[in-house]
Amino acid sequence: MNHLTREQVDAFGAELDALRARVQADVGERDAKYIRRMIRLQRTLGIAGRGLLYAWAFPPAWALGVACLGVAKILDNMEVGHNVMHGQYEFMKDPALTAKGFEWDTTCPGDQWRHSHNHLHHTYTNIIGKDRDVGYGILRIADEQPWRPYYLGNLAYAFFLALFFEWGVALHDLEIERVTAGEKSWSETKPLVRGLVRKARMQMLKDYVLFPLLGGPLFLPILAGNALANVIRNVWAFMIIFCGHFPAGVAMFREEDTREESRGQWYLRQLLGSANIRGGKWFHVLSGNLSHQIEHHLFPDLPAHRYAEIAVEVRAICERYGLPYNTGSLGKQFGSVVARIAEMSLPPRLVDQRSQ
Amino acid sequence: MSIVRSILRSPLAAALTAPHGVDRYVELVHPAWSVRDVRGTVTKLIRETPTTTTLVIKPNGNWTGHDAGQFVRVGVELSGVRHTRCYSVSSSAHRRDRITLTVRAKEGGFVSQHLAHHAKEGDVLALSPAQGEFVLPALRPRRLVMISGGSGITPVMSMLRTLEDEGHDGDVTFLHYARSRDELIYADELANVNARVLVAFGTVFHPSHLSSINLERAEIFLCGPEPMMAAVRACGLPLHEERFTSEPLRPATDGGTIHFRRSRVRTGCDGKTMLEIAEASGLNPESGCRRGICHGCTQRKVSGVVRDLRTGAVSDAADEDIQLCVSAPVGDVTLDL
Repeated sequence: MNHLTREQVDAFGAELDALRARVQADVGERDAKYIRRMIRLQRTLGIAGRGLLYAWAFPPAWALGVACLGVAKILDNMEVGHNVMHGQYEFMKDPALTAKGFEWDTTCPGDQWRHSHNHLHHTYTNIIGKDRDVGYGILRIADEQPWRPYYLGNLAYAFFLALFFEWGVALHDLEIERVTAGEKSWSETKPLVRGLVRKARMQMLKDYVLFPLLGGPLFLPILAGNALANVIRNVWAFMIIFCGHFPAGVAMFREEDTREESRGQWYLRQLLGSANIRGGKWFHVLSGNLSHQIEHHLFPDLPAHRYAEIAVEVRAICERYGLPYNTGSLGKQFGSVVARIAEMSLPPRLVDQRSQ
Repeated sequence: MSIVRSILRSPLAAALTAPHGVDRYVELVHPAWSVRDVRGTVTKLIRETPTTTTLVIKPNGNWTGHDAGQFVRVGVELSGVRHTRCYSVSSSAHRRDRITLTVRAKEGGFVSQHLAHHAKEGDVLALSPAQGEFVLPALRPRRLVMISGGSGITPVMSMLRTLEDEGHDGDVTFLHYARSRDELIYADELANVNARVLVAFGTVFHPSHLSSINLERAEIFLCGPEPMMAAVRACGLPLHEERFTSEPLRPATDGGTIHFRRSRVRTGCDGKTMLEIAEASGLNPESGCRRGICHGCTQRKVSGVVRDLRTGAVSDAADEDIQLCVSAPVGDVTLDL
């Protein structure tokens, strides 16, 4: 999978370990201040957004409300929720900011996501058959997934997954396809369904019943505003997350190649299986710093706002070992994801013929 | 205020602020505001001695009061990290709108140094509800003897103040050991209380000190450094004890590999308590008094043997809850942490 010897891979891993230790030792007040500031911004935007939606009589204010609420949900899910639930701010010992204690503003229950994402996806990144983020169980995203006529709808499925991404993430954790295949028992799944129903009900009640009811005659505009904010968050999260592992040049792995993986090899797989997106400061914030997907996969529990600084060093290390470092603009990365989803919808022989 | 509080506590408010909850919003307006948690604002600082400060604290509406002698867990954020320690409430149980904590800056004590020297008016502290079994019996005894040493004076001072407020006219003896006159706190107040106050400077407890005190049917309350407590205990009298000011317990080294299962960390132990081992491994379990009193550090032990450092009792039960700060590993231990 690469040109490095075992010793070089170990040395590469040791350098990343040293980088990690250096950053870890510095984690403290700066990070606490950062996440508190981010939470304050997120909550303020959320309140402002919900308030502005009641100004339906003046449509630009309503539209601004939708935008504020959408951004609040994005910040909540990505820069705050995703990162807190990775344990990045565990050092603060604030009960409200522990990985176990945090719950985010989306239908997927935090505890289920922590299992599927923190444990499965981050451990088995891009291993076909193990990492359930590969295609989310509904898309064909890698050559290794055998083609079926069902995948002719690949682009359409992706489109709907983007619109309803929070539901995709939530249902994803139930592993329904493993239940129907008999690999997972229903009794194992039932508590997950119950947890999901409880969380989803809470989310729907708030966005589609209570806040609209508070609007009285404005029921529909409020409901529409909330729905739109959710869609904005869904599409944005989908784009960022799909750019993390599916742009051109990102490697997929076979289970048999990764069985006896050393720490250095694990780092290497995280590097080769992830891709970054270039952008400005606020672009990174709004992406939950998942625009630094490579750094996130190398160091999932370091405070994400540090990834930009860490990236400089990671890149230098990669250059020294002659390793690729996949990055590009959002347009380039997402364009290549869409192209890949389109290509994967066709039977492999058709694609091969065309490329010959 | 109570109407606002009941609205904020309503299921509707919870549903509208889901999934974060009302507190995550109201605390942005003022850090002491909460519909659930007890928090307190420092309103005044009294320098008792060069190393000791009394913090006068206005608790928020979730404070339900304390029984004389109880303690609170105090959470304070230093350099972005919340630290939790236990302090006895030193004020009377009848003053619910203001409570006092008296903190002596211990050498190398991160939190006590901060509270005693750097706390400011307006600081907000996270508090727990009052807890602890070292309390005045509800039916006040006619005869009480309070024996304290050093900063162990704080819980018995709360008892004394509570009895004062109640106009208790029984027989109260207050025997206190201070290192020197300069280190005696509450000196002025002690000179004016309705109790027999005996203060010994620079000496250690000796059974003969009790000879002038009528102990017949007396309830005896004891709080101080461990050697003093041991000396009093050796007299064989029935006692109410608070072990607060005793030093943290030190285990001998006989542990093996400690496995923190959820954190996926394995480590050795090197003569440390389970709490210290976890912290040395970069984990941040919740903790409080670090002396086995507050149960703030309780975690689930999955397997292995631990020794309770207070009693020496050894326990090998699987899936039991242990207090990390007073547990030492005996061989390999796995924790669900």
